[in-house]
Amino acid sequence: MANEVVDHGRRRFLTATTAVVGGIGIVSAAVPFIKSWEPSARAKAAGAPVTQSLAKIEAGQMLTVSWRSLPVFVLNRTKAQLDTLPMVDSRLVDPKSDGASADQQPKYAQNEGRSIKPEWLVVIGICTHLGCVPDFVPEIKPEPFDPEWKGGFYCPCHKSRYDLAGRVYAGVPAPKNLPVPPYHFIDASTIQIGVDPKEAG
Amino acid sequence: MANVFTSIGEWVNERAPNMMPAYRKHMTEYYAPKNFNLWYYFGSLALLVLVNQIVTGIFLTMNYNPSAAGAFASVEYIMRDVEWGWLIRYMHSTGASLFFVVVFLHMFRGIMYGSYKKPRELVWLLGMLIFLVLMAEAFMGYVLPWGNMSFWGAKVIISLFGTIPYIGGDLVEWIMGDFLPADATLNRFFALHVIALPIVLLLLVVLHIAALHEVGSNNPDGVEIKKGPKGNRWDALKPTDGIPFHPYYTVKDLVGVGFFLLIAAFIIFFAPTFGGWFLEHDNFIPANNLATPSHIKPVWYFTPFYAIVRMIPSFLGSAVWGVIAMFGSIAVLFLMPWFDRGKVKSIRYRGTGFKVALGLFVLSFFMLGAVGAGITAEVMPVWFGDIDVTFWENLFGRVMTVIYFGFFAFLWAYTYFGWEKTKPVPERVTTHD
Amino acid sequence: MTKRQLLMKRYIFPVALAFSLIVGSASVQASEEGGLPHAGTNVQDQASLQRGAKLFFNYCVGCHSLKYMRYERIASDLGLTEQDVMQNLNFTGAKFGETVVSHMPEESAAKWFGKAPPDLSLEVRAKGADWVYAYLNSFYLDPSRPVGWNNTVFPNASMPFPLWELQGLQTAEMKPAKAGEDPAVEKLVLSQPGKLTPAQFQQATRDLTSFLEYASEPAALQRHHYGIWVLLFLAFFTLLAAMLKKEYWKDVH
Repeated sequence: MANEVVDHGRRRFLTATTAVVGGIGIVSAAVPFIKSWEPSARAKAAGAPVTQSLAKIEAGQMLTVSWRSLPVFVLNRTKAQLDTLPMVDSRLVDPKSDGASADQQPKYAQNEGRSIKPEWLVVIGICTHLGCVPDFVPEIKPEPFDPEWKGGFYCPCHKSRYDLAGRVYAGVPAPKNLPVPPYHFIDASTIQIGVDPKEAG
Repeated sequence: MANVFTSIGEWVNERAPNMMPAYRKHMTEYYAPKNFNLWYYFGSLALLVLVNQIVTGIFLTMNYNPSAAGAFASVEYIMRDVEWGWLIRYMHSTGASLFFVVVFLHMFRGIMYGSYKKPRELVWLLGMLIFLVLMAEAFMGYVLPWGNMSFWGAKVIISLFGTIPYIGGDLVEWIMGDFLPADATLNRFFALHVIALPIVLLLLVVLHIAALHEVGSNNPDGVEIKKGPKGNRWDALKPTDGIPFHPYYTVKDLVGVGFFLLIAAFIIFFAPTFGGWFLEHDNFIPANNLATPSHIKPVWYFTPFYAIVRMIPSFLGSAVWGVIAMFGSIAVLFLMPWFDRGKVKSIRYRGTGFKVALGLFVLSFFMLGAVGAGITAEVMPVWFGDIDVTFWENLFGRVMTVIYFGFFAFLWAYTYFGWEKTKPVPERVTTHD
Repeated sequence: MTKRQLLMKRYIFPVALAFSLIVGSASVQASEEGGLPHAGTNVQDQASLQRGAKLFFNYCVGCHSLKYMRYERIASDLGLTEQDVMQNLNFTGAKFGETVVSHMPEESAAKWFGKAPPDLSLEVRAKGADWVYAYLNSFYLDPSRPVGWNNTVFPNASMPFPLWELQGLQTAEMKPAKAGEDPAVEKLVLSQPGKLTPAQFQQATRDLTSFLEYASEPAALQRHHYGIWVLLFLAFFTLLAAMLKKEYWKDVH
C-alpha cells in the first residue's frame, strides 16, 4: 500500500469528466419528459386555424366561432355602428389601442375599428378582467348599466363594458381591450382565424 | 462555493443530527467485501430500474385514460400524439421486462453464493416479498393497455382464484367488480398499479437494504468479512477485507449501469417489442371479449410459473392443485434458508451434488418457461415430426416441474443427512477483479 | 487456479446464457413466421412509403381507417407537402390535422361483408409485415364465397380483393382431396394478367405493406434516428466510468 502514490490529479479529472458527461446524459434524458408537456398533435389539430365563411352573416349580426376552444366573435358592423366608434373615444381607457392595449391585437388590426376590413370585427370574446364571455348588446339605446350606451359588449360577471370595436370603457374592472386573434381574408367572404395575413402569403 | 456547502451542511446537521451519520453508515462507512464480481451488479441495477419505472410511470399516467373505452386509444395517443410519448412508454415497457431479468439474476446470485443463509435470512425474506409484490405490480401494469392479451391475461390470472373451493366464484367477481374484466377491474388495477403497490414496493426495498446493511453483504467466497481480521487503510477497526461502498462500489456500479443502459437503449430504440416478447403482437389488438387470441400465454417472466399450473391435472373435481403448485413454487423459494442446512455458503466450496442440482434447477426453470410460452409445442413437431404434442409436452413439463420442486427436497436431504462433501472455505476472501 | 481460468469461469456462464437467449429467441421468431415469404419492407425508404400511401388511399381507405394516424403526420414523415396530401391522398374531406377515418359507415359495412372492416392502424404490429404481404398476394377467385374471393393465408376472409385490376385474377389448383377432409389449395395460378407484371405487383404490395408498417409505428423513424446517438453517448460514458473505476480501484489490494 505504501509503495504507491495516488494520482489525485487524474482522479479528480476523471471524476469531474464522468460527472459532467453523466450530468449531460441526465439533462438530455430529462428533455423528452419536459417536452411531453407541450401541446400534443391532437391538441394542435384541435387548435388548428379555423376557416369561416362570412356570406351568411348579415349587417349588424354576430357569429361566435370556436378557435382553440375560445369563443371568437365575428361581427358584421353596419355604417351606423362604425359611426359610433369615434363618439365614445373620450370614455375609453385606450381608444387608439397603443397604450395598455398595444399588445391586444396584431399590428394590422391596430386602428380605430381594430380590424382588417372596417365592417368586419374579429375579437376573442373573453373579458380581459376575469375571463367571462361578454354579452353582445348592439342596440344604441340607454341601458341600465349605461344611459348613453352606443352598442357594444357587456360582461355580466363584473359589469365591464366594451364598445363595438372591443375597446374597454374607463371605470370598469377590465383593464384592456378585447384581444384580436391573428386572422386573414382568404377571399372577400371567407376568413381564416389563426393565421396572419403575411404567413398566409 | 465550498464554504456555502459547508455552512448548509452545518445548518442541516444542527437540525437533523442523524442524517449525515445515516449517509455515512450506508455509503462511505458501509464496508462491503472487496471481491464482488459480475453477479453483484444486479442489486444496484434493480434499484435503477425501479427509479426508471417510477419516473416514466408518473409521466405515462399524465396521458393514460383508465377506462375500458379509452385505455387502448390513450396508449396509442401516447405513442403517436404526445411529444416523445413513445420513448417514455418504451422505457416503461422495456424496464418492466428488464426488471425481471435483473431480479432473476439477483436471486440466482443469492442462491449460488448462499446469501440467504444465516445471518441474512431476513434480507432474503424481504427480497422474496419484493419479488411477490413485483409480480402483482407487473401483472396489473400489463392489463392497463387493454389490448386483447391484457384482457385475456387478466381473465385467466383472475380465474386462478376461482379454483379455490367454496369461495372461488364469489372471489373472482369481487376481484373484477363485474362478471368479466371490465371498467371496474381496469380502474382498481390502475389505482393499485400506480399508487398502492409502488408504495409497498418502495417500503420493502428500503427495509431490504436496511436489513442487508445491518448484517453486511455476503460475497462470492461466502466468507464473513466481519469475522476476519480488522483494520484497513480507511479505518483501523473495520474488516480488512472490506472497502467503503462509496467511492469504490459506486464507481464500479457506474460501469455496470453504463453497460446495462447500453443494452436497455438498444432494445428501446431498435427492438422495443423484442420480437413479441416484451410487447406481444396480440396486445396491439384492442380487448375483445368475444375473441380469445390464438396463443394465450402470459408475458415471458410469468411463463415458468404459468407452466406449473398447466402441468398439474385437475383431480377430485377441482383445478385448485395447479394453483397451489404455482404458489408453492414461489413459497419454496421463501423457505430456501430452511431447506438448505449446509454451513458452507458459496458454490465455490460446496459439494458436486449442489452444483449439479442447481444446474438442473436453472434448466427446469428455463424449460418450464419454454413450455409456458408455447415454445415446446412449436418446436416438438418440427424436431420430432408427427408426434402427440400434448402428451409429450405434458410429460416434459411434468418432469421439469418435478425437477423444480425436487431441487428443494434434494437440497434438504443432501444437507440434513450430511451427504454434502464440501471443500475447505478460506479464512479470507480470495482475489477480486 | 490461475487468474485466466478464474476469469473464464466467471464469465463463461453469463456469456453462454446471453448467447443461448439470443439464439433461442431468434429461432423462435423464425419458426413464428410460419414459413411465410419475407416481406422485405423498409420504413426508411421514403419513396416506397409514398407509393404505398398512394395505394392505400386509392384502394383501401374506402373501407379501412387508420384512426390513430393524422394526415399532418403522414405529410411530415413522408416528405410530402400539405397540398400533396390534401389533394392526392385525402379524399374524405377531413382536415389536415385529423386522423384517417374511412367514410364507410360501420353498420352498412357489417351488412355487406358480414363484419366491419378492421382499422389498419396497428395491423402490421398485430400480424407482422410478412403476414400482411403474403395476405395481399394470396387472393384467388372462389365462387363458393359470398364476395367471390378467398385467401390462402387467411382462409374464408370476408374481404373482396380490391387490387385485382393490378394483379390480375388468381385461381386455385386444388390438391386431390383426402377422404373426409376439406379440399386444400395446392398452389395459385395467374389465370388472367393484370395491369402490373407479377414482379411489379409484388413491389406494389411491398410498398403498401411498408406504409402500413410505418402507420403502425410512426415513432420507428424517430427511434432509429436518435438511437444511434444514444448508444454512442452511453458507450462513451461507460468507457469513462470504467476508467474512473480502474483509477479508484488502484487503492484496493
